[in-house]
Amino acid sequence: MNDMRLGDRAKQMDDTKIRARGVNVFYGDNHAIKDVDVDIADRMVTAFIGPSGCGKSTFLRCLNRMNDTISACKITGEIKIDDQNIYDSRVDPVQLRAKVGMVFQKPNPFPKSIYDNVAYGPRIHGLAKNRKEMDEIVERALRRGAIWNEVKDRLHAPATGLSGGQQQRICIARAVATEPEVLLMDEPCSALDPIATAQVEELIDELRQNFSVVIVTHSMQQAARVSQRTAFFHLGDLVEYGETGTIFTNPEDSRTESYISGRIG
Amino acid sequence: MSTFWIVLVVLAVAALCFVLARRRALSAVDGDQRHLHSRPNYYGFSAALWAAGPALIVLALWLALQPLVVDRSVRPLVLEEDRNAALVMSDVTRLAGGIDRAIAMGGLTAQEARGLTADGLRDRLSDFGTALASEVSPGVLEAAQRYRTIEGRGALLRSILTIGLAVGLGAFALWRVAPGFRARTSVERAILGALIAAACVAIGTTIGIVLSLIFNTIKFFGLYPAADFLFGTTWAPSFGGGSSLGILPLLWGTLYISLIALLVAVPIGLLAAIYLSEYAHRTVRAWAKPMLEVLAGIPTIVYGLFALLTVGPLLMDVFGPGGALGVRWMGGGTSVMTAGLVMGIMLIPFVSSLSDDIINAVPQSMRDGSLGLGATQSETVKQVILPAALPGIVGAVLLAASRAIGETMIVVLGAGAAARLDLNPFEAMTTVTAKIVSQLTGDADFSSPEALVAFALGMTLFVITLILNVFALWIVRRYREQYE
Ligand SMILES: Nc1ncnc2c1ncn2[C@@H]1O[C@H](COP(=O)(O)OP(=O)(O)O)[C@@H](O)[C@H]1O
Ligand SMILES: [Mg+2]
Repeated sequence: MNDMRLGDRAKQMDDTKIRARGVNVFYGDNHAIKDVDVDIADRMVTAFIGPSGCGKSTFLRCLNRMNDTISACKITGEIKIDDQNIYDSRVDPVQLRAKVGMVFQKPNPFPKSIYDNVAYGPRIHGLAKNRKEMDEIVERALRRGAIWNEVKDRLHAPATGLSGGQQQRICIARAVATEPEVLLMDEPCSALDPIATAQVEELIDELRQNFSVVIVTHSMQQAARVSQRTAFFHLGDLVEYGETGTIFTNPEDSRTESYISGRIG
Repeated sequence: MSTFWIVLVVLAVAALCFVLARRRALSAVDGDQRHLHSRPNYYGFSAALWAAGPALIVLALWLALQPLVVDRSVRPLVLEEDRNAALVMSDVTRLAGGIDRAIAMGGLTAQEARGLTADGLRDRLSDFGTALASEVSPGVLEAAQRYRTIEGRGALLRSILTIGLAVGLGAFALWRVAPGFRARTSVERAILGALIAAACVAIGTTIGIVLSLIFNTIKFFGLYPAADFLFGTTWAPSFGGGSSLGILPLLWGTLYISLIALLVAVPIGLLAAIYLSEYAHRTVRAWAKPMLEVLAGIPTIVYGLFALLTVGPLLMDVFGPGGALGVRWMGGGTSVMTAGLVMGIMLIPFVSSLSDDIINAVPQSMRDGSLGLGATQSETVKQVILPAALPGIVGAVLLAASRAIGETMIVVLGAGAAARLDLNPFEAMTTVTAKIVSQLTGDADFSSPEALVAFALGMTLFVITLILNVFALWIVRRYREQYE
């Protein structure tokens, strides 16, 4: 990674990982996402911002087909990850979710030990041949989750006994442990205090080395701090999408401008 | 005056007090109720409660205590009779009742009644519809006369006291009515009192039942050695005396049948609950859940009939002599298996509806977390939902077990009556509950060990189910804290 030449890295950073075209989502009669096109780049952090109820979570959950679990939800259009349409009937949503990991708004560790939480994904996907490999996978994931040092002495203590910020980093480690290619995060810091938030943000910046990260956030400062690309949603429309710097300093659409200057909330 | 009339008079007094107090309160402020502390009805209620409440409480206490007092003063008169005192006392009350009835029907004057002699009294009273078991002895007649006197005096005193109390306190309450009187607060206090009284009745009766179980059990252990009861392996009551009353065969039958019932109910109930809460579409759930709950509402005697008339013969056709399997494991339709299967069916809705609630209490975020990691639905159920819900499910199973242990009708009809220590589930066996029924339904003497053993059996069941319930509740409560 580090000895990769600059030219290669620049090229790779321009690769599109996810390509969505004409995506519409309906909850019954509620048209939650309206004809959205977006290209999400590999090894970058893309932020979704917008007022509540504008469909950020809905769109995020389309990317790993978590909306399949909601019976009222209907999706049309095309979402391609690495040129494979994920809504194709040949794609197994269960396999897809191993490739597209997700971290939720509220930390949701299972009522199991820290070790078993992180080993959960690798176990169901059979990623380890033996106990030793599993130990290595768990350690690597916890290190990537920037929580190894805090929990290495109590791996077999229940994860529910940790603080909220630690729990959220466990959940990130748990998602990372299955070696996904994309990591989706739905307001991962909204239940955390400022210190834990700073730790998670730092972590997101590191995760960009290996994954493409999509993060939904309510905080524009957070979007500005962690992301390279920003998408602004409003009432189900993707209003504006581009370089984070451009969106925040020089937005094209008046709705984007009023939102980031605090006039639409 | 009879109790009914006393109550009626007291209520009439209370109603009168209501009207008067209301009117008095309104007239004290010239009909403008804004100057009253409380709305006029509260003044009425408060006065009515003062009139009726204490009077009715005194009446109830009197009715409860009078028989004890009467008994204590009459019983010494019949002690020399060489029969069971309780039987003699029942003769006495019967005779007294007969004389009263004869007077009421005009066959005797009160004067004549006082001078009655024992000779031929039985025949005279039978003309007025009172059948006495034996000729009246002079001692019994004297006791009956004493009984009548005390009863009569008591009834008079009771009427005077109760009605006097109602009128007196009603008047007092009326006198207190004034615009500044806080009638609303006093009604509130009376309501609080009524609520506490209801709670006390509930707790008191429970304690009473338990105490009566304990005392009768102790009485039984005075007549029959406790060790023989608890560790005896034969159950052979004979009302002539010399019974063996070992509880082990009954406990064995109870546990065996309950075990089979749980083996049926727990897997089916749990899987049904998983289907309903995790897989079923909303519309399926909307009709399937109420259906299961209807099943839970079927009276157990109906299940008993089902065991006797359907399941028993069906099992005979398979496991009985000349049956489909060609084995002779089963001698008759009633067996541990018959009762266990049917009881299991009875418990399915119980297990499934409790488990369904518990599984639904597992937060959606657990499911999302697991599915988001690429787990299938059944992996999610197996690895996350069930482990998280396990303590609650164990609690549900224990509650089901305590129901199975206490179940009677299915066993009476389905399991047979033979107390046996046997491993063959196709044999007839019986349980603690079924034997309690059979020990008390004969014409046994209630002070013989053969009848008193029912209390010891009941006590044993009570202790077992109590332990199970406490344990289950403890587990369920611990589980509840987990997500809070
Ligand atoms: N499970 C659901 N069932 C029905 N409607 C939903 C559901 N989830 C979200 N919606 C609707 O979809 C729209 C977008 O919601 P969401 O994606 O959660 O917004 P955001 O995450 O931007 O706050 C809202 O109008 C919301 O009411
Ligand atoms: Mg959201």
